[in-house]
Amino acid sequence: MAALIEIERLTKRFGAFTAVDDVSFTVDRGEVVGFLGPNGAGKSTTMKMLAGFVTPTSGTARIVGHDVVDAPVALKRVLGYLPEGAPTYPEMTVTGFLNFAARVRGYRGGEAAGRVAQAMALTQLEGVRLQPIETLSKGFKRRVGLAQALLHDPPVLVLDEPTDGLDPNQKHEVRSLIRRMAPDKAIVISTHILEEVDAVCTRAVIIAAGRVLADATPQGLVKPGRNLEQVFRELTLPQQGAA
Amino acid sequence: MAALTVARRELAGYFATPVAYVFIVIFLMMAGALTFTLGNFFSRGQADLMPFFSFVPWLFLFLVPALTMRLWAEERRLGTIELLLTLPLAQWQAVLGKFLAAWVFCAIALLLTFPLVLTVNYLGRPDNGVILSGYVGCLFVAGAYLAIGAALSALTKNQVIAFVLAVAVCFLFAAAGSPVVTEFLSQRVPLLADIARALSLTERFNGFTRGVIALRDLVFFASFMGFWLFVNAVVLDHRKAD
Repeated sequence: MAALIEIERLTKRFGAFTAVDDVSFTVDRGEVVGFLGPNGAGKSTTMKMLAGFVTPTSGTARIVGHDVVDAPVALKRVLGYLPEGAPTYPEMTVTGFLNFAARVRGYRGGEAAGRVAQAMALTQLEGVRLQPIETLSKGFKRRVGLAQALLHDPPVLVLDEPTDGLDPNQKHEVRSLIRRMAPDKAIVISTHILEEVDAVCTRAVIIAAGRVLADATPQGLVKPGRNLEQVFRELTLPQQGAA
Repeated sequence: MAALTVARRELAGYFATPVAYVFIVIFLMMAGALTFTLGNFFSRGQADLMPFFSFVPWLFLFLVPALTMRLWAEERRLGTIELLLTLPLAQWQAVLGKFLAAWVFCAIALLLTFPLVLTVNYLGRPDNGVILSGYVGCLFVAGAYLAIGAALSALTKNQVIAFVLAVAVCFLFAAAGSPVVTEFLSQRVPLLADIARALSLTERFNGFTRGVIALRDLVFFASFMGFWLFVNAVVLDHRKAD
């Protein structure tokens, strides 16, 4: 069976600047891939292309076999995507926002209500369900974005910095949520927190200046006598100097 | 269906912020004031809404771009454009949804001018059919301006630029049929004068205020809006991630 996420020679150029340069990797069911790299390395752009928001200059990506260029709507149906910064409509209530996402995804009536309730339970949002999103703390806002991505129980999750701005307890919650969902999904999370990779990821893909520099298990990356941070610095610093 | 869901959310968004109330209050105040002062509503001695209808396109010329300038620019600012366009809906559905919400909103503003209709009916015996067709015309003018404004809002992140561009382009289509323009053109390039008259929104609108709902005018407005919505979708596709 083909992998749930297949990224094939994905490239994005903005004018003369190449943000993502010939990136390829696949993610199977049960894998949690940590997408690592310094700021500006092309993590978000890759994820945006994977989610069908940015059109690739060349190359393509498939999720559950749906091509991002040829079948973007079908791809978006099977994908749960948390954009960078977890944008939400500030004036809406948590329930209102999630209901909107449920309706766009084609759920109606009792089923929509069930999906929304389940997503709120997973992300512990019940206490703020009727609050306008703009009155919520950063951690709650992030969880609203996460709830939106989980609502339809998609086989593939692409989460751009899911724990950014959360306090240690909330980080712990989100990580255990990801671990719980991991066995029957393919998950990509971007992060620049290295302990997160150790905590939740089964694989790490390190990217800098748009190119994949390493693709291995966290244990495989760590050479004897070195921790992940040293490996990360070793790999990415020369690239930043060159860029 | 997805387009309607987007429209519903959007419309609720108008009323969750002061935008809706400011727009409606200003529109009603100005429409009323202009009708009764500059429009000589009473001294004309005629029971119709001609003075009101003659001001509506010019009011919309400024108010509609104020409504559309934030349509896409705001989504960009908040980053929600990425959320909206990664939900499983086609881009034209997002474009149509936003347009429909704004159009329904304009319809609500127009409906709230109902005291004018009651007033003329109290004062005299107006032809309510003509009044109805005038309102239909207003709605189409609003729709045409909205389609222009929405497309231009997709073009830029900056709301002020979106507003100014929309006013300018709307004005172009509003003024195209005015005697000043057509006379100027017919003396020099007669062909252009005919084109200008054919593309003029006010010219088409005047038919409606006389009580004539002609099929060709309906087709014109429908294709005019369709064209600009298409432009909107194309622009959005190219610039969504900028």
